[in-house]
Amino acid sequence: MRWTHKLRMRLQTLFLRGRASDHLQDELQFHLDQQIAENVANGMSPEEARSAALRRFGNPAVLRDQAREAWSWGWLEFLLRDLRFGMHGLVRTPGFSIMAILVMGLGIGANVALFTVIHSVLLRPLPFKHPNRLVRVYEADRRTGFHDNIMDGGSFAVWQSQARSFEQMAIKKTVQYDLAGTEGQLPEVVDAELGSWNLFPLLGVQPALGRFFSASDDRPEANATVVLTWRLWKRRYGGDRNVLGKTVLIDAKPYTVLGVLPAWFTYPNARVQLWTPLYHERSAGSMQSFFSHNFDVVGRLKPGVTIDQANAELNLVQQGIRKRFPEGPVNDAINIRPILNAETYKVQAGLYALFAATGCLLLIACLNIANLLIARAATRRRETAIRTALGSSRARILREQIIESLLLSCAGGAVGFLLASGILQWMIQARPDIPRVDSIHIDGIAVLFAVGLMLVCGFLAGLVPALSSSGKHILQALQESSRSTSGGRSGVRLRRMLLSLQIGLTVVLLIGAGLLLKSYRHLRSVDLGCATNDVLTMRINLPRGTYKTGTQMTAFYERLLERVRSLPGVKAAGLTSGLPGDGQGRDDVYHIVDHPPLPPGVVLDASTRFVDPGYFHAMQIPLLQGRVFRREQQLELVPEAVINEALARVQFAGEDPIGKHIASGVSDNDETYEIVGVSANTLEDVSGNPRPTIYYSISVGSARTAALAVRVAAPHDPLNLALPVQKAISGIDPALPVTDVLTMNQLINQSTGDASFSATLVLAFAVISLLLATVGLFGILSYIIEQRTTEIGIRIALGAERGQVMHLILKDGLRPAVLGLVIGLAASVEVARLLQSMLYQTPGLDPLVYLIVSGTLLLAATLACVVPAWRASRVDPMVALRKE
Amino acid sequence: MGKPSDLVQGTLDLLILKTLSIESRHGWAIAKRIQQISGEVLQVQQGSLYPALHRLEQQGWIKAKWAESETGRQAKFYSLTAAGRKQLESEAANWNRLSEAITLIMQEV
Repeated sequence: MRWTHKLRMRLQTLFLRGRASDHLQDELQFHLDQQIAENVANGMSPEEARSAALRRFGNPAVLRDQAREAWSWGWLEFLLRDLRFGMHGLVRTPGFSIMAILVMGLGIGANVALFTVIHSVLLRPLPFKHPNRLVRVYEADRRTGFHDNIMDGGSFAVWQSQARSFEQMAIKKTVQYDLAGTEGQLPEVVDAELGSWNLFPLLGVQPALGRFFSASDDRPEANATVVLTWRLWKRRYGGDRNVLGKTVLIDAKPYTVLGVLPAWFTYPNARVQLWTPLYHERSAGSMQSFFSHNFDVVGRLKPGVTIDQANAELNLVQQGIRKRFPEGPVNDAINIRPILNAETYKVQAGLYALFAATGCLLLIACLNIANLLIARAATRRRETAIRTALGSSRARILREQIIESLLLSCAGGAVGFLLASGILQWMIQARPDIPRVDSIHIDGIAVLFAVGLMLVCGFLAGLVPALSSSGKHILQALQESSRSTSGGRSGVRLRRMLLSLQIGLTVVLLIGAGLLLKSYRHLRSVDLGCATNDVLTMRINLPRGTYKTGTQMTAFYERLLERVRSLPGVKAAGLTSGLPGDGQGRDDVYHIVDHPPLPPGVVLDASTRFVDPGYFHAMQIPLLQGRVFRREQQLELVPEAVINEALARVQFAGEDPIGKHIASGVSDNDETYEIVGVSANTLEDVSGNPRPTIYYSISVGSARTAALAVRVAAPHDPLNLALPVQKAISGIDPALPVTDVLTMNQLINQSTGDASFSATLVLAFAVISLLLATVGLFGILSYIIEQRTTEIGIRIALGAERGQVMHLILKDGLRPAVLGLVIGLAASVEVARLLQSMLYQTPGLDPLVYLIVSGTLLLAATLACVVPAWRASRVDPMVALRKE
Repeated sequence: MGKPSDLVQGTLDLLILKTLSIESRHGWAIAKRIQQISGEVLQVQQGSLYPALHRLEQQGWIKAKWAESETGRQAKFYSLTAAGRKQLESEAANWNRLSEAITLIMQEV
């Protein structure tokens, strides 16, 4: 029964606290009255009796508090009281409170947002069965050190039959399809994946509707089948169950819908709309080839097998394959990455760098608030001293100060949380290229992180000033407050230290931002080797169903160019299978017929581009030697090639390439091509080097995807021509969808988006930190001057020049700034080393960046100091001396 | 927040429980009773008495009731609960053991 009694007592003391408090009052009063009555009975006068009783009784308030302490929930009561005190304190100084909450909110918000992104993208396992056993397998090359190459079908078949470390291995490839309905629905281009039938079972996915591919669907002779993603099913088919078994047109060929993937399945990314079986889509010959590297491999390790073991085993298998093919593009090693790492390693460095930057920002915010709180504590020294003298315990005052800063950080956390969800929304919009961007959301762990940050920041910002305002020197504080000649020196020293730290962190951020910005500017000023202004590009994809032969395709391209070139405002137009700056596309192995045979094991590899003769003129790629293909030959299979300078320089050093012959397997039958011209280099990647490239006539190629490049006459906005060009295309083939309508500059922006994003964000953080540091410096200097008014007054009265005073104060203020700068520069050297992998043609110790940052910081610091210093030099000695 | 403690720590609880084992009393009467029985040796300070009473009440060893006192005023009367009686027995036994032990040592040495 005792526990029920205890529980009742606890509930009573919790909820009927007011009544219990009254009762206690009555109880003590009764005791006192009894004492008085006794004293009277002993013969005292009522007055005497009363004061004697009170004397004996002691301080009733203290007594009441002591009794209350025995009650349960005492901690809650004290907490509430301190909270109330803290609130009052903050409401009394709204300017300070709002400023502190916003600063804290900014720091916490940015951190929660970045943490959420990192957790969602880099850390949270993919939503598959036993994800820690899932891996991606790449080919690697010991000679070149390249280790993330995509796979060939031949090697994959060998792996599958020989590798013992894997429970299962699946293979896939990303493609684009034209999707249309059988009843004249609008066509669209969709991202799609070709996957071997065992991929879904390997990942452990169950269909939401219908079924997935079986082994018998995954053969060249099987009927064409397709599995839809949930999104496509909802969007294009209105979530209609009857779509199962129906026929849709993919690249103008009929496919039967087998099933629908669950809504959560967004592998490898959320853009993929449908899946088809790989071995049905690709010929048996191409799937057995050891030379065409086109595929991604996903594997599931057997339980208990480590990645290292699998790596060792599969490396042996691959070396065996290499021995069978000492010539040709067969790699001699493999590389296994955990699946999550494989999908995200490209954005890892950038995200962690941003997270580090937000961490710095938060630390700066904390230091700033600590600094403000110290200033507040200093102005309340007298209050604190009086309270301590009256018996308030040091612990209590400490607790109050920490609670005050915790209140600030909690409010800041709330603001930050709102901010974080805003930042996340913006980030998802701004960076669709981040893998798993669709999975980014604030979850329980992010909330925990936010709460943790709030508490840590609150304690950090509160503890420093609380400890600095020690109650040890009550007397001194009380004396000081009457003669404030050199008040609060220790507080000032601490604030200076914090400020130096803050400035140091700011310098690190500024230098990081400077390096990233410089690297980005390098990227943007890269000369792609072709026209970038006034060029409109778009992509077309000729479906296999309608354009069965090369001749049909070439005829379409010819008509298209003819129409586009005749549009008003168009200066030139051309077609290519891959635009400069749009990434590495197809590459093929070749050899030079006129040269002696290559030593075994050596292969030549060059990027392959199919272009029409007008492409070089349209993109203003200079022709260095020879000529381009002849236009009148365009409908024939032209056995001619144009090589770029990079290839010419390496392979034809000291000889004339014109008239030499190249053999390569770019068309179905092995052909030799006569080199008729040499063009200047263009870049495939903005941050890359020019690669050896061979241009073939578009009539040679089997290029179904082509980019149309249209150069417009100068005053025209290239985007204004988008509609007329698209009309021209639909005039020829109304069913042909057009994608990626972009100007060349937009295309480059896309490929440098990552760099610009990181640089802009870090710069924004750096500017905010600089602002905070400047405000901090201004605040501390104003405070010091306030404290030293009398001293300055005496100096001036004794004949100090105004200039001297100003000099003195400036020196005082700039000292922490210079110290911070030195700390920051030293730390930046290390930070720059970590950043190096993200920097393009920018040394981590770029002197210009360091110089500009130092200059900016000193300028900002001087500006922050000049106003208080000038004010100090204007001090009227009479006013200053009379102040006390 | 130091408490004035004239008694060995924990002894006051025992004395209060013992005092209440005969009849229910209010705080003043408990203090008076301890004072009288001990021949004015033990002076219970209010600063110790009331926190102790409230602590024992929270523990569920004593319970309180407001009733009319001998002077006709409402006063808070404390009485032992069943659990309190048990507690008193065990604490008394403890005390006896302890004091006997101390007595033995004092005689021997």
